[in-house]
Amino acid sequence: MKFGIVVFPGSNCDHDVYHVAKHVLGQEAAFLWHKDASFAGIDCVVLPGGFAHGDYLRCGAMARFSPIMKAVEGFAARGGLVFGICNGFQVLAEAGLLPGALVRNAGLQYVCRDVYLRSERQDTPFTARLKQGAVLKIPIGHGEGCYYAPEEMLKELEERRQVVFRYCDAAGQVTAESNPNGSLRSIAGVCNERGNIMGMMPHPDRCAEEVLGSADGRRIFESILHGWQPARRLRI
Amino acid sequence: MKARVYVTLKRGVLDPQGKAVCTSLHQLGYREVTDVRVGKCMEVTLGGLPRREAEQRLKAMCEKLLANPVIEDYRFEIHEE
Repeated sequence: MKFGIVVFPGSNCDHDVYHVAKHVLGQEAAFLWHKDASFAGIDCVVLPGGFAHGDYLRCGAMARFSPIMKAVEGFAARGGLVFGICNGFQVLAEAGLLPGALVRNAGLQYVCRDVYLRSERQDTPFTARLKQGAVLKIPIGHGEGCYYAPEEMLKELEERRQVVFRYCDAAGQVTAESNPNGSLRSIAGVCNERGNIMGMMPHPDRCAEEVLGSADGRRIFESILHGWQPARRLRI
Repeated sequence: MKARVYVTLKRGVLDPQGKAVCTSLHQLGYREVTDVRVGKCMEVTLGGLPRREAEQRLKAMCEKLLANPVIEDYRFEIHEE
C-alpha cells in the first residue's frame, strides 16, 4: 500500500506520518508537495499536522486552496481514502470535505497531552481493527481543536453515524472532565457520509510504537492497511 | 478604494476570548458589560473597480476565504478615497 503525505508550508508532522507508514507498517510512502496539481499511484492521502500557511486567518483556510487540494477532492470523489490529522482535519473541514469547524479551545490554552478516545464505529476503513467502544490513548497538541457544528448538523451527523471518535475517560465514559477542548458532543473525529474521508484532532502518528508511550495509534494505521485491497488502486 | 471587512462569530458559537475579555472588564469595575464577542476587522485596498463590481467581488471574497460560513458572519463597508 502506498501512502501519500501532503506537505504544506508549515506542515510539521509530515515526517511522523512518513515514519509510521514506511518504518512501522513497512509500506510505501511519498511526500506530495502542496503546489503539485496531481498525483498518481497513491492509495491513501494523509493531511498531516502542523500549521499550514502559518494558520493565518483561520487554521486551514488558505491551505484548502493549495493546488493539491483539487486533486485530493477528485481522489476522494472517486472513493480514495483521505485521512486528516490535527491541522489536516482543520484543512478538510475548511475545504468542506468534512462537516463542521474547529475553533479555539474552550479554555483558550494550547493543550498538549495524552487523552482517551472511544471508537464509535468499526465499519469505516480507519477503524476496521477497532471494536466499537474500544478505548485508545492518543496525544493531542492543538489550540484550535474545539469541534463545532450547528445543532441541526450535529443531529444529522449522529443519525448518519459520522462521529468516529469521542473524547472519554480511561474507562470509556464520555464525561465533561474528559473533554480537553470543549468540543460539542465530545467529538474528536468525524468522517464523511461515504466513510472514505476521516479527520481527527488527536495524533495517532505520535503513538504508533511502544517506545513512545503508547502504540494505540498504530491500530488506526493498521485498520487502513487491513481494509485495503490491491485491486482498488486500479479503480481509483 | 478601501473596504473594511468585519468577520464575527455567529450567535451560538462559543467565544472563550470574548468571555475572558468580559471577565477582565468586570474586574476593572465595568459591571454594566453583559457580553463581549471578539471578531476580526480587515482593511482591503482595491483598485480600478466601479463600486458595484467591488461589492460583488468583496462578497465573493468573504464567502470563499475571509469568513467561514459554518461559524462566522461578515459585513463590509466601502470607502472611496
